[in-house]
Amino acid sequence: MLCDICHKNEAMIHITEIVNDEARELHVCQQCADAESMHMNQGFGIADLVSGMVGFPGEAREAKEKDLKCPTCGMAYSDFRKLGRLGCSECYEAFKSVLIPLLKNIHGSIHHTGKEPEKMVASFEKEYTGKKINVVTKEVKIAELREKLQRAVQTEQYEEAAVLRDRIKELEKNKI
Amino acid sequence: MKIDDLLKQPSEWLKGAGPDAGIVISSRMRLARNIKGFTFSDWADDKTREAVKDLCKRQIASSNFMKNALYAEMDKISPVDNLLLLERHLISREHLNNPSGKAVFVSEKEIISVMINEEDHLRIQVLQSGLNLISAWDILKALEKDLEAKLDFAYSEQLGYLTACPTNVGTGMRASVMFHLPAVVMTRQIKDILEAISKLGLTVRGFFGEGTEAIGNFFQVSNQVTLGHREADIISNLERVVKQLIAQEENSRKFLIAKKREQLEDRIFRAYATLKNAHVINSEETLELLSLLRLGVETDIIKDVKISSLNEIFIIIQPAHLQKMRNKKFSSQERDIERAKLIRNVLGGNTKNV
Ligand SMILES: [Zn+2]
Ligand SMILES: [Zn+2]
Repeated sequence: MLCDICHKNEAMIHITEIVNDEARELHVCQQCADAESMHMNQGFGIADLVSGMVGFPGEAREAKEKDLKCPTCGMAYSDFRKLGRLGCSECYEAFKSVLIPLLKNIHGSIHHTGKEPEKMVASFEKEYTGKKINVVTKEVKIAELREKLQRAVQTEQYEEAAVLRDRIKELEKNKI
Repeated sequence: MKIDDLLKQPSEWLKGAGPDAGIVISSRMRLARNIKGFTFSDWADDKTREAVKDLCKRQIASSNFMKNALYAEMDKISPVDNLLLLERHLISREHLNNPSGKAVFVSEKEIISVMINEEDHLRIQVLQSGLNLISAWDILKALEKDLEAKLDFAYSEQLGYLTACPTNVGTGMRASVMFHLPAVVMTRQIKDILEAISKLGLTVRGFFGEGTEAIGNFFQVSNQVTLGHREADIISNLERVVKQLIAQEENSRKFLIAKKREQLEDRIFRAYATLKNAHVINSEETLELLSLLRLGVETDIIKDVKISSLNEIFIIIQPAHLQKMRNKKFSSQERDIERAKLIRNVLGGNTKNV
């Protein structure tokens, strides 16, 4: 889908706005969103949404982002900004520093809590139903989650903290 | 199954059955999945896209859900067949662009469709008539489980299922409900309602047409957020809002019938008369009038028309359907004449293709 403003770049930000009794969907690319949010006044929906999304203050940070490149598929961060889509699953790791704040902004969370692949669940359960060594695996897992929990609390991400706390409880309760 | 077989029967999800069928036309559940180790479709070269297509094709074709399924490669079928699949909501508009390596599976009753190499390697969707998100989700889960056993999906423990667009990451799930809200629009409450919905992490858009307006008062509501919530919670959140919308629409209908009966009947009977008698009609006018007729049928003001016939009209009045059914390419003027003919035919009691 092309950007509604420049009609050139791929749109990556999708917003529903209400204009004169009608819901209007606005699809804009990152560049136009940046530009719009800069010269738009408060009170206009898109500005609020987008400014948070692209707000990475500090030029040093900007410069660093520009150099990001996915070693697996060769996508540069600038390609992602242009296309609005990632090149491969490894891009999530390569662009982590910018994607995590973006995801936080889009979804209000950076932790998946939905279903996991069956294979994973199976191997996870196998881990736990095995012998001694697996008890250690579980302890490691819990420790890992505790660390995440601590980080979430420190960064005031209380919703995630609650989710993590529940997962830890579940694991601890889980009889082997 | 072949593409032409689609024309022989209306889609299962338009049969006008299921909970709250009427105000709710249909429910749709979709999962986005990518295969581990392959570049995402839009960034991949043709060779990779072909490889993904072949791999997925083999695995999907052997699934129990796909017995007698239709399989089509977008660059091998005609433009009108591509459009036909779009008009039946079996593929997305995006799937028409850049067709190399793109393909689709459609299950026998058009309940399931799987797009290969759309924005993600796999877009698996299940369509159901009426408010049936949970049954759609049950089918989708079972199919996914089946595919997951044979295909390795890209997954991260923190972010969940990895998708080409960050807006889909996590569950990769989009639940949508398609609605008809004529009374809410007539009583001028739609603005407030749409505003409220967009604050609940949901997206609203018009269902028909390419643009964003809601022709014929048909809306589609879906979840926006895919990360940080369980699938079941996303579905129940949407369902809760949908039920409120249904209640709102029902109340508005009661109000119109109690306070504005004459005006309401006037509009409905005029719409019915036009549809039954028009000789030239464009698709936008058709949808506006069908909206009124549908309201008439559901409020028992019109008694001799079935909702399933109205659903059928929605689909067959579209350009590719007209062209395929008549086996002739029409100018837009001719199309308006053929459309009117078809509608007269369906409303005249004959629902067979003419
Ligand atoms: Zn743009
Ligand atoms: Zn990559």
